[in-house]
Amino acid sequence: MTTYYDEVQELKQRYPDRRSAVLPALRLAQAKHGHLSTDALRECAEAIGTTPAYCEAVASFYDMFHLAPVGRHLVEVCTNISCALVGARQVLEAFEQELDVTAGETTEDGAVTLRPIECLGGCGWATIVAVDHGYRTHVQPDDVPGIVQELRDGD
Amino acid sequence: MATDSKRIVLAGVDEHDLTKLADYESIGGYSALTKARAMTPQAVTDEVIASELRGRGGAFFPTGRKWSFVPKPDQNPNPHYLVVNADESEPGSFKDNEIMARVPHRFFEGCLIAAHAVESRHIFVYIRGEYTGPYEVLVSALEELETRPDLRGDVTIVVHRGAGAYICGEETALLESLEGKRGQPRTKPPFPAVQGLYASPTVVNNVETLATVPAIIELGGAEYAKLGVPDSRGTRVVSISGHVERPGNYEIENGLSMRELIYGLGGGIPNGRTLKAVIPGGSSTVILRGDEIDVGYDFTSLLKLNTAMGSAGVIALDDRCCMVQLGIRVSEFYEHESCGKCTPCREGTRWMTQILRRLESGEAVQSELDLLLDVCDRINGKCLCPLGETAAIAVASYVDKFRAEFQAHIDEAGCPFGDSSPLHDVPAPVSLHASSPAAAEFV
Repeated sequence: MTTYYDEVQELKQRYPDRRSAVLPALRLAQAKHGHLSTDALRECAEAIGTTPAYCEAVASFYDMFHLAPVGRHLVEVCTNISCALVGARQVLEAFEQELDVTAGETTEDGAVTLRPIECLGGCGWATIVAVDHGYRTHVQPDDVPGIVQELRDGD
Repeated sequence: MATDSKRIVLAGVDEHDLTKLADYESIGGYSALTKARAMTPQAVTDEVIASELRGRGGAFFPTGRKWSFVPKPDQNPNPHYLVVNADESEPGSFKDNEIMARVPHRFFEGCLIAAHAVESRHIFVYIRGEYTGPYEVLVSALEELETRPDLRGDVTIVVHRGAGAYICGEETALLESLEGKRGQPRTKPPFPAVQGLYASPTVVNNVETLATVPAIIELGGAEYAKLGVPDSRGTRVVSISGHVERPGNYEIENGLSMRELIYGLGGGIPNGRTLKAVIPGGSSTVILRGDEIDVGYDFTSLLKLNTAMGSAGVIALDDRCCMVQLGIRVSEFYEHESCGKCTPCREGTRWMTQILRRLESGEAVQSELDLLLDVCDRINGKCLCPLGETAAIAVASYVDKFRAEFQAHIDEAGCPFGDSSPLHDVPAPVSLHASSPAAAEFV
């Protein structure tokens, strides 16, 4: 069983400067802890050989890192121009209704966090919804109950 | 003459599964690499200079010239790096997504040829974190490549994932991020060719640029330069989205008319609506009115209209769209993505959003329209990188081209379009760094 510390040492080997491994190390820490908690940041810092404050400063710059707890699943609806033009707002509203949350919130049972997100680079296949980082294309409001059910069934 | 079906970058994708090394080799893949390695680095660079290839990321800088700026190893003994900008994040552009997902080996072949040209043995591919699909394709293509030392040679390739930051598409911000820092742009000079990654000579190229290189070596630079039009040689993979019947990526010869892009390839405007406006090169570019599309899709033709191909993201908007609402959505995007380093961008984009929101709600008075343009003017040319500037130029162009519509928001004390515009009340993105009360209970 490879430990987090060992995995980060392996990552560091890929770069001339160990600090380049901060982003992948934060990604691993987040996957392990669910979000970048104080413990997660401390563990990351020890493995890299820097301070938790440095890791937090880096993490807070990037949208894919979460310094606060999030649900077990993440539903991200692209609301940039191309998706908005073909109905992203209606898709987001359908998720809000189905999950009984406002965009940016987590469901009461801690299962799903819903948020609008900036352009996911799939404008020709709008509306794009990233479900646990996997792209769903051409999403319509009618598809939303099925996606939510899928997440609940998988839990 | 420009045509709509010239495939260089995406050649063979419909007939073969080019994500597989064997299939790619069966159509002559990696033969350009063998040919290039038999040439001197200078000769390879000279072919690319002769091809007149310009960067496909948006800045349009001549690729061969960029390579020629890198000092020779005897002039600078530090390792030389090739860094690939695969951080495609420009709203409207999704071409690199498809290129990496469908022709990963052509892309890697281009990387290896470029590495030979600039005498680098280290390639870093910085791919945006959200691109999980293309990332997996690249990783498996790389695994195949690792089994073939005859192709990879002594070059190491590392695929490095970003973590959600538009600004990391700016090359110096990308280098900062790759060094494990917050992705904030650096002052230039020094330029990356002299002091880039780890303060060493570095070439930063876009995915499509590199995926074009094998064809240039195969055909010869002069032959490639016969495609397209002056100043915009060769082909371009154009992303068409928004209000068109057939959105998607289309590889065209540069210079094809924008009318053909939208009404030919894109299939025209759905639901019997009419074309109101076109964003020609991603959200950072100056908008065109629907009656301005009889223009070639190339650098010079678009420059005459004060706009640009940018990263080739063409977004069509039909007659229901409110330009103030468009301004809000664009301004909010740049406000969210501003790295915060330069005050005019950090504060200015926020001001732009606030004024546009007041216009939309009908609270704005006449002087605020001038204030909006004044704020835009105070961002332009006053920042380290173009992020704030492109937001300002784009939004100012909506006012310039649709002034009467902005005026109507003031005169009618509200939006004439309201909910009938698909851009009405579209929520802005949310960062998940602050605690959500519900989630906190489940720590």
